[in-house]
Amino acid sequence: MTGLDQHLPALQVAVPMVASAFVVLLNPKGLAWAATTAVSAMSFAIAIQLTMLVTAGTPLTYAMGSWPAPFGIALEVDSLSALLLLVITGASTIALIGARASIDAQIAADRQIYFYSAWLLAVAGLAGIVVSADAFNIFVFMEISSLASYVLIAGGPDRRALPAVFKYLIMGTIGATFYLIGVGLIYMMTGTLNLADMELRIAGVSDQRPILAAAGFITVGLALKAAVFPLHIWLPNAYTYAPHMVTAFLAACATKVSLYVLLRFDFFVFQQNLDGHTFQFAAYLMPLAILGILVGSAVAMFEGNLKRLLAFSSVAQIGYIMLGASLLSAAGLTAGIVHIFNHALAKGALFLALGAFALACTSLRFETIGGIARAMPWTFGAFVLAGLSLIGVPGTAGFISKWHLIGAAMELGPPGLALVAVILISSLMAVVYIWRIVEAACFGAAPADFPDVRVPPLLVTMIWVAAITNIVFGLVPDLPLELSRDAAASLLGHVK
Amino acid sequence: MEFLGLYHYWVFAVLLMIGFYAVVAKLNLIKKLIGLSLFQAAVFLLYITMGKVDGGTAPIFQTASQTNVFSNPLPQVLILTAIVVGISTLALGLGIVVRIKEEYDTIEEHEIQEIDRR
Amino acid sequence: MTPENLIIAALIVPLIGAVLIALTGRINANLREAVTLTTAGTLAYIVWNIVPTVFEGGRPAVTLAEVMPGVTIGFEVEPIGMLFAALASSLWIINSIYSIGYMRGNNEKHQTRFYVMFAVSLAAAMGIAFSSNLFTLFLFYEALTLATYPLVSHKGDADTVKSARVYLGLLLATSIGLFLPAIIWTYGVAGTGDFVLGGILEGKIAGPAVGLLLVLFVFGVGKAAVMPVHRWLPAAMVAPTPVSALLHAVAVVKAGVFTVTKVIVYIFGVDFLFSEPSSGWLIYAASFTIIAASVVALRQQNLKRLLAYSTVAQLSYVVMAAAILKPLAEIGASIHMVAHAFGKITLFFAAGAIYVAAHKTELFQLKGIGRRMPITMGAFTIGALSMIGVPPTGGFVSKWYILAGAFQDDNYLAIATIILSTALNAAYFLPIVYMAWFMREDVPPEKPHGEAPWPSVLALAITAALTIGFFLFNGPALELERQLFMGTS
Repeated sequence: MTGLDQHLPALQVAVPMVASAFVVLLNPKGLAWAATTAVSAMSFAIAIQLTMLVTAGTPLTYAMGSWPAPFGIALEVDSLSALLLLVITGASTIALIGARASIDAQIAADRQIYFYSAWLLAVAGLAGIVVSADAFNIFVFMEISSLASYVLIAGGPDRRALPAVFKYLIMGTIGATFYLIGVGLIYMMTGTLNLADMELRIAGVSDQRPILAAAGFITVGLALKAAVFPLHIWLPNAYTYAPHMVTAFLAACATKVSLYVLLRFDFFVFQQNLDGHTFQFAAYLMPLAILGILVGSAVAMFEGNLKRLLAFSSVAQIGYIMLGASLLSAAGLTAGIVHIFNHALAKGALFLALGAFALACTSLRFETIGGIARAMPWTFGAFVLAGLSLIGVPGTAGFISKWHLIGAAMELGPPGLALVAVILISSLMAVVYIWRIVEAACFGAAPADFPDVRVPPLLVTMIWVAAITNIVFGLVPDLPLELSRDAAASLLGHVK
Repeated sequence: MEFLGLYHYWVFAVLLMIGFYAVVAKLNLIKKLIGLSLFQAAVFLLYITMGKVDGGTAPIFQTASQTNVFSNPLPQVLILTAIVVGISTLALGLGIVVRIKEEYDTIEEHEIQEIDRR
Repeated sequence: MTPENLIIAALIVPLIGAVLIALTGRINANLREAVTLTTAGTLAYIVWNIVPTVFEGGRPAVTLAEVMPGVTIGFEVEPIGMLFAALASSLWIINSIYSIGYMRGNNEKHQTRFYVMFAVSLAAAMGIAFSSNLFTLFLFYEALTLATYPLVSHKGDADTVKSARVYLGLLLATSIGLFLPAIIWTYGVAGTGDFVLGGILEGKIAGPAVGLLLVLFVFGVGKAAVMPVHRWLPAAMVAPTPVSALLHAVAVVKAGVFTVTKVIVYIFGVDFLFSEPSSGWLIYAASFTIIAASVVALRQQNLKRLLAYSTVAQLSYVVMAAAILKPLAEIGASIHMVAHAFGKITLFFAAGAIYVAAHKTELFQLKGIGRRMPITMGAFTIGALSMIGVPPTGGFVSKWYILAGAFQDDNYLAIATIILSTALNAAYFLPIVYMAWFMREDVPPEKPHGEAPWPSVLALAITAALTIGFFLFNGPALELERQLFMGTS
């Protein structure tokens, strides 16, 4: 490793965080946008480089301030983190490049610099969660990213964003505080905050009540932040009323990062040590996952607002990820983790396309998007591609996760068939809700005063980039699959 | 009376629940935020009390001859960070409430829902 | 070019054609249609160039990518697929000629989109025909469903959208809900989904599970339209006639029965399935579909709907023939794909020509139309005879082989079904023929009309000739399939 490579885990967080302070100084706003995009792209480059290093060899660790773990704060990048870093920085970069017109339309010019600053803070916070190997550090980054995303969501022109974000703030803070309580209890019993150290020391006290309580607090708190059904109620409104580009960015990665921490804690720290935790994890989360899949998809089928529809679909997709994890097998975890990646591709592209639709439509409801397919054929084409990926049509990324998920469910034997049925039924529901949009866009009556809006070429390009990645990773899924498989193996290495 | 001996846990639990109750039950957004602050403050107490060692003093390095018992300083440091986080959250929350007041002219949750439904 | 390159070319040429059609469509309609015809011709030329290799026993194969370990995107040409590809690519030329007459005669809108999606559908059909494993087949199967959706919903009015929704919904629901789990199950137990002569499942799965897997496959392939998953076919009647021809003769339903046949021959293996009693239900399901669809067809008043139900019945001939699980019947199954295609495309061309020239869609309106449109109704008569299975038409040849296969196994159910359905076919086709030729017009048309535009008439004359030609010159096709089934079993 060259000198710079060594510092990449720290730079991954530091670059956007430092830059966010300086973006505020940039005027005019075009410059702020350019700088933000450049920084985000740089983060993406760092993430790619980190992924290459991880796939080439051992996980990277970095001791902040050269204090060795477990005394200092350690950063660690392994396959799972690398996958999420790619998702976070990739989603941010693609959304930012295309975002200019949409942000100009939605956010007042004088406030844009703060908006971009918050965006970079969100990137830094999310990346920070993923690279941290320290429980308390994760909390701090979690709050940084949450505070920044509250600001981003509340930045839109729709006033309904405000109550939505307030609800998100309350629930997010409760979730984070629960997590903090859990960490505190563990610290009390083990005297460490380093995850790896915690895992070792917890063995000696695993029969103690506070550890059980801690496991409960942490799981519930993170499930709240990750919008695991039925703790998802903050999500639909927050996604619906946020500025469109923010939705595209956050829908791709925000909840997934909390899921990442959940997986880290439940598999890495607890599984090996708590008697019956394996069973408890599966027994509680699998029914919730199934309910989330079915209820989320069902609500999406009857929803009238397109963004809300996709938000409820996200609830269902989080269910897929949880379902894969709750199978507690290598195949299941691989499926769940790879779905983190694949769902980000599909949802990101879909929300970006909705952002483009919104440039012409008065609102994003079924009644108002009639004729959009003719007005924006290219954007609409990409929307359909991404929609197919969400459904899980072969040749798309969504199919890869579904294939693995069904395969993992079938490993269970006859009871697994019920899970297969759930997955397939929900896929069919996805057909329904995606196709309702397609029909409305193609055949719906266009309003008489349909504005003649051209989608900015940069945005169309980015929507297509996002859509094409769905196809690319549907046909050549080696990279996410390898990372997921490796991540699953390393997580399961910690299961008895 | 062993369970009273761990009275600081009781303080923690009671404060936590008072805060939680306010968040869930109060309709006024400011009161919700007050509840949230209480909720967080309870956790601060949990951390700080856990670091206390009987007879321990402040962890300031003294001469080698003195063998003082120190309280654990790490939870205090951690909670300093958490307090900062809590204050930022509160500030942002209040900021949002101000914006809600501007837009809806009320800070009662049910009234806001009523307005949105129209 | 090597056969391997030809396979790739067969997949890419229609796609290039689609792009060119889209580009030229903005400039000039004549140029666009010239590009369509050129593409169709090129594709047929390429496909027919693979034929000699397969005839000599060659099995050219290409593997494009390994998506997941053991799951590849690959192509291999074998006799059944060769037959399907040759059929589809050749009929595309004729269909394009017909389309030009029909679409212009009807002043249809969005003609460029129509030709583009047609070309894409053909690319998908080529992918299905040449795929070397279940995954690849599924990929192109879904692509075909999606590519035909804009064609079915071409008119775009409320009724059409509703019917197109049934079309897409049923095909996607069956494929995702049943076909996909069947594929994953197969990969799970066999570790592969490659098409291997003799099957890959023997010894991997036994007892009732075989029957269940077969259920998933047969009903999962909704395009084969075994009842009760046939509803999409009548629903798709809202489409323009050239699209109906594509659905019924060129690609879509053929892809369905082709897939079922391939699964039986190459995934289960004929002998393995024969030895498993739990697979016996299939022949009953197919027989039921044949009889039930024929009875429904008997009661139809709309010509295109009648033809649709006739297709449902004829498709189950193929499924039933494959389910007899005897070599002669398997030959009959693959030959019937071709024979039915020639006959049915003729019938649809005729129905479309009547619509273009006279705007008539109902049976009772057809009295005496034979005198105004003799060529069209002559072709219609030939197509109808082929459906019934009267010599000298192609339908006779395949029925002969299916019957012979049924006798090999003394399968009286199949024999009885064929006899009964032949009677029913006659009962719903012959009255139309009689009405058209021998009854007088009761209402004279608003303005006198003759034949449809000449490209349409030319196309249906060619397919009618092919229907008869297939009776006389079926040697090569038979030989190809005979090599496959008689050489090995």
